[in-house]
Amino acid sequence: MGIKVFKNFFKRIFTNLFKNKREIKLGFYGPPNAGKTSLVNRICKDFTGEELGSVSKVPHETRKVQFKEKVEIDYKGKKMTFKMIDTPGIATKIDYEEFLKYKVSKKEAKERAKEATQGVIESIKWLDDMDMVVVVLDATENPYNQVNITIIGNLVARKIPVLIVANKIDLKKADIKKIEAAFPEYDVVGISARFGNNLEEFYESIFRVSKKI
Amino acid sequence: MKNKKSGGKKLGDLKGFSIQFLPYSEIKDLNSDERIRKILGIVLGNNILVLQGRLSSNEEARLIGDTMAMIGHVTNFKGIELAVILGNGKESLFGKMKKSIANVLAGGDFSSITIIGPATIVKEIKRNPKKIELLLNK
Repeated sequence: MGIKVFKNFFKRIFTNLFKNKREIKLGFYGPPNAGKTSLVNRICKDFTGEELGSVSKVPHETRKVQFKEKVEIDYKGKKMTFKMIDTPGIATKIDYEEFLKYKVSKKEAKERAKEATQGVIESIKWLDDMDMVVVVLDATENPYNQVNITIIGNLVARKIPVLIVANKIDLKKADIKKIEAAFPEYDVVGISARFGNNLEEFYESIFRVSKKI
Repeated sequence: MKNKKSGGKKLGDLKGFSIQFLPYSEIKDLNSDERIRKILGIVLGNNILVLQGRLSSNEEARLIGDTMAMIGHVTNFKGIELAVILGNGKESLFGKMKKSIANVLAGGDFSSITIIGPATIVKEIKRNPKKIELLLNK
C-alpha cells in the first residue's frame, strides 16, 4: 500500500514535469455525423498540411479508430504535441435501411452497418487510452441525448479532462446555449469545422483544458 | 398495454410488445454482466423496460457495446433506445452531496428512471430537462 502511494506520487511528479514534452492523446468522441473527422481534418491540415480521414453526409463514415501522431499545435507562442485520435460515432442503434436513403446499395448498406457496430465497440474500448477528450456535438441537434451523457459520464468516471465542441454553428438551427444549458459544468466552444469558424477559441480552450491532465 | 391476443412475442412486433417495470431491488445484488444480461433479455423479449434507478456510466457504455455486438446476430434487432430521467434537475453542491449520501445509504439511485426499448419498437425518446416523450414506430 505504502509502495503504491510512493510510486503514484513520483509518477504524478514526472507526468507533470514532462507534460509539455510528451505527446498528449487527444480523442474526438461524439454521436455520428457531428463533425469529428471534419474537425480533426481541420486541425491536422492547419498544423501538418495533411488531412486524416474522409467525411460524408452518410452517417458512420468513420468506422475505424484512426489517428495521427506528433501533431504539434503551435498557437500564440504556446506549443503542445498531440496524438489525434478520431473515433467512430457512438450510437445505440444501427439500421442498415437508414443507409439506403443515401443511395447506397443494400449489400454496401449491410456491410456499412456491420462495420459501424464494430466501430462503436472500438470507440468505447479506446476510452481508457485517452489523456483528454473533445466531445463533438452537432449544435443543431438536441443535446439531451443519452449517448452524449453516457460518453461524458464515462470520461468523468475516468478523470479524463473534457472539452465540449458545439459544431455547425454556421447553420441557422444551431443553438449553443442549449448545449451550454445541458452541460453547465463544462467548457463549451462553438465552431464550424467545415468553414473554420472560431477555431482560435477552440485552440485556446485546448491549451486551457490540457492543464487539467 | 400487453396484447393478450398475441401468443409468442416476436421482436419488433408492435402488436405484441409490453412495458415492464423493474424495481432497483431486482438488479441491486447483480454484478455488471448480470445486470446487462438481464436488461437485454427483457428488451429482446419485445419489451420496453422502465427501470427504477440507473446504471453506472461504465455499465451504460457496456450496454451500448453489448447491444452493438448483438446487431446482425439477433433477428430483427437493430439496437436500443435509451434514456435516463434524473429525479432532480439542477442541484446545488449541497443538494448533490445530500443526494450522494442518500444514494449510498439506500444502496442505489432511486430517484432516477431508466427507459430502454428495442429500436424496432421505440423510434425515438425525445428528452429535454422537463419532459420525456416516447415515440413508437408505426
